[in-house]
Amino acid sequence: MTTLPAILREHLETHPELPVLRFLTGDDCDVVTYEGMLAGSAAYAHALRRAGIGAGEPVVIILQHGKELVYAFFGAMLNGSIPSIMPYLTEKLSPERYRASLRSLIAITEPAAIVTYPAFAEEIEGATDERDSVRAMLLSSDVDRAGEAAMDELEGFTRNPDDIVLLQHSSGTTGLQKGVALSHQAVLNQIHTYAESLHLTDEDVVVSWLPLYHDMGLIAGFLMPILAGNELVLMSPFEWVRAPYRLMQAVSSYKGTLSWLPNFAYNFCAQKIRDRHLEDVDLSSWRAISNCSEPMRWESHQAFYDRFQKYGLRYEALTTCYAMAENVFAVTQGGIASPVTVDVIDRRKLQEERIAEPTVDGDHALRMLSAGTAIPETEVCVLDADHHPLPERHLGEIALRSNCMLTGYYHRDDLTEKAFHEGWYLTGDLGYLADGELYVTGRQKELIIVGGKNIYPQDLEELAREVPGVHPGRVVAFGIFNESIGTEEVAIVAETDVMDEEDRRLIRASIRDKINSGSDVIVRYVEVVDRQWLIKTSSGKISRKANREKYLEIFHAQS
Amino acid sequence: MKEQLAAFIASEILKDPDRTIAFEEPLISSGLIDSFSLVDLALFVEDHFAVQVDDSELTADVFDSIDELAALISTRQAG
Repeated sequence: MTTLPAILREHLETHPELPVLRFLTGDDCDVVTYEGMLAGSAAYAHALRRAGIGAGEPVVIILQHGKELVYAFFGAMLNGSIPSIMPYLTEKLSPERYRASLRSLIAITEPAAIVTYPAFAEEIEGATDERDSVRAMLLSSDVDRAGEAAMDELEGFTRNPDDIVLLQHSSGTTGLQKGVALSHQAVLNQIHTYAESLHLTDEDVVVSWLPLYHDMGLIAGFLMPILAGNELVLMSPFEWVRAPYRLMQAVSSYKGTLSWLPNFAYNFCAQKIRDRHLEDVDLSSWRAISNCSEPMRWESHQAFYDRFQKYGLRYEALTTCYAMAENVFAVTQGGIASPVTVDVIDRRKLQEERIAEPTVDGDHALRMLSAGTAIPETEVCVLDADHHPLPERHLGEIALRSNCMLTGYYHRDDLTEKAFHEGWYLTGDLGYLADGELYVTGRQKELIIVGGKNIYPQDLEELAREVPGVHPGRVVAFGIFNESIGTEEVAIVAETDVMDEEDRRLIRASIRDKINSGSDVIVRYVEVVDRQWLIKTSSGKISRKANREKYLEIFHAQS
Repeated sequence: MKEQLAAFIASEILKDPDRTIAFEEPLISSGLIDSFSLVDLALFVEDHFAVQVDDSELTADVFDSIDELAALISTRQAG
């Protein structure tokens, strides 16, 4: 077996001049060859080494989407260190919240170094102190481009396949943040088996706008094409969200064949692109656009197809994928050898009896998109509450085992141990199997997924609790699926003793402001209710599930 | 025009029709309008005021308040 740095060196030796990356910024395209990428990365590796950062030490990278981020990421890897990309501060998030989140990441991950821009260093210094693990703050301006680029003595080439190559951090604040530690072996096994599932060939061109701090962007939209030697066209998420048509133009210009999108992006593209931006666009080269990272909807695929069919989009190009960072990325893939299976089942039977019974179209019909079959060397099963395997078409928790599982949650052995049962990783997602294909129906964990971003309700509840007038501990946050935008929206219900209607309006406004500036999401619904409105479980905890149902019944039926 | 922009932002972007937005209030730099909604704002301006706002202009450097956006629209309408 080999390691990631060894594969990069092979590419450098075989075809140094081959373009590995095309960075699109507006109408400009910056082409980077393997030679250029590795020279840029080696400069970071030497800078880290000079700063006394060694092999096996975590390095947190906080840079905006672009070449520097790529060089810093591979540079840390070439130095034998363990890179982890952290999202950059956005205009929306308040700097205090950002620092709090960074502080909790530093406490758990104990990075030896942080890489960032000179202009951002001050922001980060506010989140570190002398007692923590950070020994070096490496500024992008301190990296000597013209200096030594020698690769041979770099520690990265002495790593073993079992060593940890990178950390992927989940979002969340104190106690919820965890770094998924992946070995060279696991990443390479995933890329090898997933490439087989996708029928990947040298002709494939990946086009991606996804952020690199998320598994879908980092693995499918970045590491796989670079390591497999496929052409990669990258644009920044910052730009895509303002100009979604640029994805279509890029696919057309570079004859893109593969992309990955979260479900909401299908609706977003279908609704927000004007014809004038699609003149001469030809999408016929796209052979697999995989819907991944939030519940996938037949309606979203349909809307996307209806919008872009006249630009050459083929229906067979709409594919599906079920993935998680704990398996590096993909668990299953659908729609490659044949179109994605649509399973029409009885919604009531699923909810009441936990059975996915096929039915004909009608009032109670639910059109489920298949997530496809497990990729090679990954096994999937569905378990009951006692962790016994369930037969086909029975709803239960999805579990998996594979040759590309995480090494563990970094510095969180307790969480790693809890995540497995007799060698099977328990995903917390709910689904069923039918004819060997997996259907994901929801999740056990009360996670809210907004636009592909995982949001912990606990974090939002904590923010709402800070609002004066809100009864301490009497707040609940949950998600409500919105069909038209193809993703969940956040709702908050908070109890108060305040009776005056104007004062209650101010409380609602404060909750909105708190959450909008303190989290990654915009809250859609806020209700302030009387004492004792919220339902508690028998153990005295506020039940998100029961209160969500009560909320939908009382407030949502009217709106 | 400013009232129309304020009403659209409050009801369609912030999903909070009760919310009043001051014309000089920062919209983008404050994070009030999140990035996913900027495109909606551009489409609204195009449909209602018949001028185009380019995606590269959807940043706080170009306009950050209803006052500034209205000025931008007026200049373009006049041109």
